[in-house]
Amino acid sequence: MTAALRLVDLTVSYDRHPAVHHVSAEIPAGEMTAIVGPNGAGKSTLLKALLGLAPRVEGRIECTARRIAYLPQQAEIDRSFPISVLDTVLLGRWSRFGGFGAARHADLHDAHHAIEAVGLAGFERRPIDTLSVGQFQRVLFARLLLQDADLVLLDEPFAAIDSKTVADLMAVIRRWREEKRTVVAVLHDFDQVRRDFPHALLLARELVDVGPTARVLSSENLLRARAMAEAWDEHAGACEVPMRLSA
Amino acid sequence: MVYEYVIAPFADFGFMRRALVASLALSVGGSAIGVFLILRRMSLMGDALAHSLLPGAAMGFLIGGLSLPAMSLGGFVAGVATALLSGVIARFSSMREDASFAAAYLTAMALGVLIISLRGSAVDLMNILFGAILAVDDGALILVVSTATLTLVGLAAIYRPLVVECFNPGFLAAMGVRGSLYHYLFLSLAVLNMVAGFQALGTLMALGLILLPAVASSFWAREVWSMSLVAAPMAFASAAVGLLVSFHGGLPSGPVIVLFASFFFLLSLLFGTRASVRARLSRPVHLRG
Repeated sequence: MTAALRLVDLTVSYDRHPAVHHVSAEIPAGEMTAIVGPNGAGKSTLLKALLGLAPRVEGRIECTARRIAYLPQQAEIDRSFPISVLDTVLLGRWSRFGGFGAARHADLHDAHHAIEAVGLAGFERRPIDTLSVGQFQRVLFARLLLQDADLVLLDEPFAAIDSKTVADLMAVIRRWREEKRTVVAVLHDFDQVRRDFPHALLLARELVDVGPTARVLSSENLLRARAMAEAWDEHAGACEVPMRLSA
Repeated sequence: MVYEYVIAPFADFGFMRRALVASLALSVGGSAIGVFLILRRMSLMGDALAHSLLPGAAMGFLIGGLSLPAMSLGGFVAGVATALLSGVIARFSSMREDASFAAAYLTAMALGVLIISLRGSAVDLMNILFGAILAVDDGALILVVSTATLTLVGLAAIYRPLVVECFNPGFLAAMGVRGSLYHYLFLSLAVLNMVAGFQALGTLMALGLILLPAVASSFWAREVWSMSLVAAPMAFASAAVGLLVSFHGGLPSGPVIVLFASFFFLLSLLFGTRASVRARLSRPVHLRG
């Protein structure tokens, strides 16, 4: 098993409070891994750090991926902005045409194809503010499809999404796995993780466990994770990192 | 009759013709800036920015008297400095950017009025605060038209990154693009338009012709480019009608023009095709499926 991602003693902090604390783990390549843990456990922060968007990172992230695609939480997007479904999906080709190049015929063709693949054929000209939460999530998945990434990071892809949409989008994710892409998803539904994700990483600011889902999601681990997340010491002294590795 | 009231003022008087051309240029460039300002939820911050031109213009006034280049340059420098400073304050403290803008522009206004009072008269102060579109000379005209050209070319160039920075900044960051660069490029263009507008409309009103048509257009169109296309003619119409009314009525031009822009805003609010009062009150009609 080769690793797509290797975290070495990773600490990410906001205003000196560590959101992710001394985490070392490996994420297998070409596999589906779920990141689980209570609210405030540092799951989204971990994804941000993988993208290089976290403010203060200590430790090291080794990533073999050539191209990374990222699905943000919907709250990070202004859904009232006047832009069409097609334009939103086409942004997935940013790495090819950037901020100034023109979209080619092939890009348009692929965009229509991706929109069809997520079940939104005919929605191309619709402004995104007329879509439901589920439909908008399908749009974002179409954009991910266009990004053609070998590492796909999903932050709570199924929050507030109905079961039909979850099933359709899970089919998209499984296809990524068949295409040997690495998928890392932050999820809250343990049943779904047990059913669909062979690997899991349980986080409660510190690493609780990482490995096969059946072992990681044991009731003992989950209890430990909850206890760890609730501990919050305002007066904790500075944590002396034994060796300071540059990120 | 129509000729006498509508055409003759422009045919007979050079200052009216220059004012008309200046307002056309302001309308075309400014309304596109206005659309982005409201989409970035920065309408009030834009207002603060416009006020912050005052101390710079006042410094220019102190050094060069009522000279357009000196006051424009001073205004531009002060506006960009305010934008950068509030951005820096917001980034390095937990203060929100709107709060730091408010702090910056209150300081700037007080400073500006004080500087003008050091040397100028009340008339000078009125001119700077409320503008004198009928005093637009060739130099001012060239400034306004160059600004409009630069604005349209600049916005076209940074259009895509700017749009993405507005609605999904995280995506831009994940693509390795520095969104703040486009944010500040846009703010510089906005300041440039306010500088161009303040000769005509004054620092207090400069934003009227930029923002009001843009807000009005949001009741008619729902894409960035179509909003700009709706906003520009509305801006120009308010400027043209405002000029005529102020000419015949002997009224100050800036406030009249801005009031006509408000009139378009009210019309759009009442009768626009989307999210307007009419759309709200009309008998609900729904489609079959």
